[in-house]
Amino acid sequence: MDLENQARIKDLSDKYGKEDFIVVLGGAEAEASGLAAETVASGDPTFAGPLSGVSLGLKAYHIFELKEEIDAGVYDEQIGMMEMVLNVDEIIEEVKSYRK
Amino acid sequence: MNYPVVKGAAYGLIQANEMLIHYGTTQTSELRINKDSDHLKKLPAHLRSFEAAVKYPPNQAYIGNITPDDLKNIPRPWYENQISTVSRNGRFGEIMPEDEFLGLMKIVDIFDLVLLEEKFQAQVRDKLALHPVLAGINNFENLEKSAPELAQIEKMTAEHLALPLYFNGELVGCVKKAHEFDDALSAHVMLENLVSKASSVFALQLLLVKTDLDAKDIDYIIECSEEACGDMNQRGGGNFAKSVGEIGGCINATGSDTRSFCAGPAHALVEAAALVQAGVYKNVVVLAGGSTAKLGMNSKEHVKKGLPVLEDMLGAFAVHIGENDGINPVIRTDAVGRHRIGSGASPQAVMTAIVTDPLDSLGYKITDVNRYSPEMQNPEITEPAGAGDVPQANYKMIAALGVKRGEFSRDEIIQAVDSFGVPGFAPTQGHIPSGIPFIGHGREMILAGDIERAMIIGKGSLFLGRLTNLFDGISFLIEKNAGIIDDGLDKETVRKMIGEAMIEFAKTLQE
Repeated sequence: MDLENQARIKDLSDKYGKEDFIVVLGGAEAEASGLAAETVASGDPTFAGPLSGVSLGLKAYHIFELKEEIDAGVYDEQIGMMEMVLNVDEIIEEVKSYRK
Repeated sequence: MNYPVVKGAAYGLIQANEMLIHYGTTQTSELRINKDSDHLKKLPAHLRSFEAAVKYPPNQAYIGNITPDDLKNIPRPWYENQISTVSRNGRFGEIMPEDEFLGLMKIVDIFDLVLLEEKFQAQVRDKLALHPVLAGINNFENLEKSAPELAQIEKMTAEHLALPLYFNGELVGCVKKAHEFDDALSAHVMLENLVSKASSVFALQLLLVKTDLDAKDIDYIIECSEEACGDMNQRGGGNFAKSVGEIGGCINATGSDTRSFCAGPAHALVEAAALVQAGVYKNVVVLAGGSTAKLGMNSKEHVKKGLPVLEDMLGAFAVHIGENDGINPVIRTDAVGRHRIGSGASPQAVMTAIVTDPLDSLGYKITDVNRYSPEMQNPEITEPAGAGDVPQANYKMIAALGVKRGEFSRDEIIQAVDSFGVPGFAPTQGHIPSGIPFIGHGREMILAGDIERAMIIGKGSLFLGRLTNLFDGISFLIEKNAGIIDDGLDKETVRKMIGEAMIEFAKTLQE
């Protein structure tokens, strides 16, 4: 996960607390999305960024999982094309596994 | 209307294992964080020989010995299915080993910053004197200059006055810093810039030798790499373009540099096309050299997964844009796709702006374009690093847009992708894969009548410069030449037209 994003998420959780705090991912691929979910849950597994050894315990959801929460027109305009292109089930399965 | 045409394209690759180890940023960052890094210990065992790099199918596609369609028929992994019958010389270009390239760096160095150990210098001089493209190049005499002994080079690098250059694990030279304390002229920056310049010169020479273009006929050069040259008062002042043209003997040319991260080359080609169409210049060359920083960028993942480190190639290209000759494929300057500042950042907004908006302006459907050439990264490099097959993802996005526009159904996506997709075959050198690698092949396919048109797409990640989060993308169509050269209206035609109009007008008065 991008080091800047790690720093941003760490700062936000320090500032606002971890309650009612979820991370929304837009990764295009299962492995990378899972890596990001793992990073915000239990720390940076690559030990490269600010979340190395920092277990925030945050829950990450891929944007595909939140379809029902989003206005259908906006979702179609912003995500509709990518939904056709990416392996949605595989990505959701992978990201979900880090919330267990 | 006379559109400008693509008159020729040349492509160069340089295998640079030692630069990968010592100057690829993945490795230099690792060294900074962890001197005892396992990655750095394991890396050398994963590097491949020059022979393996030559026989690697994507590299052969890049220099034009096989087509991208041939690549589709070679099973993956391509590194296990090398082509044994090929050579380093290709129809569009060449693959060069690192020792010869160090010699070329010395040739293009105007300020005596590159020092090569005397025996090594003599060896590469002898090799380059026989080189089909570089023998006789301007400044070749730099290789005749007196060269230092190894001890002198060791002393300079130990005292941090220069950065070492290696070949096959041995110290063979160095690049000196160009100023006592100016960071913009440090040995590191000079090394990167001289690599970029030397590889650009290589591509220009390939273009001059492999096509009919005469160096003296070049009016303008646009350089579009991702490096910056200048001193501390103008860090990106330029001008790579003229420095390259100087070595290439382009005595009638001027030039400048264009930048937009990976999208730079596509911008530069649109600019070149516009300059030619407007009649400002007759012959414009767009070129770029390679980047040391990106060598081995994903090598950690490659090493971890037991793969060869395939990001050992510096890439370079040169494309000649000229006036309409009635033969070569035209660039449709009336349908340039561009990601506008207000276009939005979602992939859908981006693809609409750079793919379907220009097609709509010409009344074309997505499938009217026979081949799309977006980010042509070799998937064998990006997949193990978790970035997937980048060109394939682009084709799927284009096909998905086709579904949303009702051009075909959702279950025809794969079929559409197969029909207009080109497998990625370019090294992951940022600006190098961005659309341009297909121009040589596309030009030949159009000339042979195999395809009617292709879309070249450049995309850039501007957030990397930390000045904006905007995305960047630009595209253009290259299309079969209608075979007509528009000479404009002669006096006789104008007289006839006026006469006809007056007769028509007189008729209306009679009525």
